Amino acid sequence: MDNSKIINISGLVKQFPMGNNNFTALHNINLAFIKGEFCGVVGPSGSGKTTLLNIIGLLDNPTSGNADVLGHNANDLSVKEAAMIRRKHMGFIFQTFNLLPVYTVFENIEFPLLLLKMSKNERDKAVMDALEWVGLTDKVKSKPAQLSGGECQRVAIARAMVKRPDLVLADEPTANLDAEHSHNILQTMEKLNRELQTTFLFATHDEKVIQYLRRKITLDDGTVAGDITTSK
Amino acid sequence: MIAIKLAIRNLLGAGLRTWLSVIVLSITFILILLIHGFLEGWNRQAMHDMKEWEIGGGQYWHTEYDPHDPFTLEDSHRDIPSLFMGQANKGNYCPVLISQATIYPQGRMRSIIMKGIDPDQELLELPTSLLKGDFEEIPVIIGTAMARATKLAKGDITTLRWRDVNGTFDAAEIVVAGIFKTNVPTVDASQIWMSIVTMQELVSMNNEGTLIVISPEITNPHPVPGWEFKDTDSLLSAIISTIKTKTIGSSFIYIVFLALGLLAVFDTQVLSIFRRQKEIGTYVALGMTRKQVVGIFTVEGAMHSILAVLLGALWGIPLLAWLSKTGFGMPLSADEFGLAMAERIYPAYGIGLIMITLLLIVITTTIVSYLPSRRISKMNPTEAIRGKIQ
Repeated sequence: MDNSKIINISGLVKQFPMGNNNFTALHNINLAFIKGEFCGVVGPSGSGKTTLLNIIGLLDNPTSGNADVLGHNANDLSVKEAAMIRRKHMGFIFQTFNLLPVYTVFENIEFPLLLLKMSKNERDKAVMDALEWVGLTDKVKSKPAQLSGGECQRVAIARAMVKRPDLVLADEPTANLDAEHSHNILQTMEKLNRELQTTFLFATHDEKVIQYLRRKITLDDGTVAGDITTSK
Repeated sequence: MIAIKLAIRNLLGAGLRTWLSVIVLSITFILILLIHGFLEGWNRQAMHDMKEWEIGGGQYWHTEYDPHDPFTLEDSHRDIPSLFMGQANKGNYCPVLISQATIYPQGRMRSIIMKGIDPDQELLELPTSLLKGDFEEIPVIIGTAMARATKLAKGDITTLRWRDVNGTFDAAEIVVAGIFKTNVPTVDASQIWMSIVTMQELVSMNNEGTLIVISPEITNPHPVPGWEFKDTDSLLSAIISTIKTKTIGSSFIYIVFLALGLLAVFDTQVLSIFRRQKEIGTYVALGMTRKQVVGIFTVEGAMHSILAVLLGALWGIPLLAWLSKTGFGMPLSADEFGLAMAERIYPAYGIGLIMITLLLIVITTTIVSYLPSRRISKMNPTEAIRGKIQ
């Protein structure tokens, strides 16, 4: 694999059983992503964006074809190995934030570091750094229910970024946010992308997100309909 | 460790749901200790009282003697060996002669067992020294149950009729020299106690006995021809097995409570897994294996039992300690119940009982928590992340 390529997808097909037949969500996808990209898979609902993101996130397997993610072929990985790669190298940002409701902001961000068995001092420092990135140092002890949608998503970004992963996968990260909060968190993510060279891959159909993307891959009915890179 | 940390956070975060299950489990925990402690206390008191009042350190029985069959009494008597006679004065052996008889209190006929015992004996708690008074009639002592049943009081005189060794009927007047109160109905109900020498004369069984009570200090009793030695374990077997039966019966009460507690935990677990699918999916996305997530939910459920033990200790220890001092007042007296039972029973809690109960609660709760958690391993994480019900 090319050193700069962190994701290499070739001939990827994903089908789901539907009654007696199979529904093909992705047809013969060929894509490559290099380190430090700020890119997105765009397209209408049902075009296969989330399915592609799930395969890249090693949460799902291709029906056929290859998906090399961070040097590992998704087809060859056991469930446990996939979990280990996600734990060490990937961050996830979800449309509905998916924060753990009984934890404080600090504990939510600390969670991935607990899985990595980092020492308390290291964890504390990393969490405080992440809180500074997203500007939430004053909300350390708040619970998710006490935060606005924008703040929740910023906590989710901090949680995804705290372990400084190689790849962050964001599925419709602004779908539940108003315009102001959307721009705010996109600027935060773009800044982190530039400063930490973390690869960001979005699945979105939100124009507000699309205007920030440096590379836009359009999916239509499970096939790549366009792949445009812009210089920003 | 992570599972425990997360489980504690999740449990405390769940608030009322957690505490409802924990309260029911803590009641179960204390109830089990209380029921077993009560039965253990009863057991200990009953065994202590029976040793003090009836069986001493064991008994030699005439080989024909069967306490459950009065017809054996006719044949179950023989000369008391010199070994027992010689030691009797030293307080190591206490011969007892047993025979059937009839008394006529207030003109009513009543079949009884008459027992002869040395008035100077000190092995048993029976107040036999009362038999040594100066009476015109034959002095006897009876228990409160016998006194109540026959309406006899201290100083009352009634007629005693018996058959001697040859089968000849004879009768004499007896006087109640004393009434004793005991928790052991088998030395009280339908019995009169008199001097063994007097009784031997009445039934023409000079120097004969039916059984010999020995001192608890005799640790290695000799075999004696014609006499069968019964140790305390075999003499107490009836009460031990009765209390064991009661223990099993009482277990149903706490099994119901335990089932309620476990049902609450099971229900909480099922509800948790149903409601927290998005959280489960998030754990997997963040890099936990499904096994780890199952572990979190199982530990979370099992932690209910740990919290229950802590909560139970908080309110249960003072309660149990207080009850072990004040005891339970028993509504039935021993003679009404038919078993050795004190008026107050003081519960006894051993470390073994506490540990077994604790393990029972923790293990059953863990199993009940694990069963619904297995479902997590079959979930599709991509659907779980979106909170889609599976």
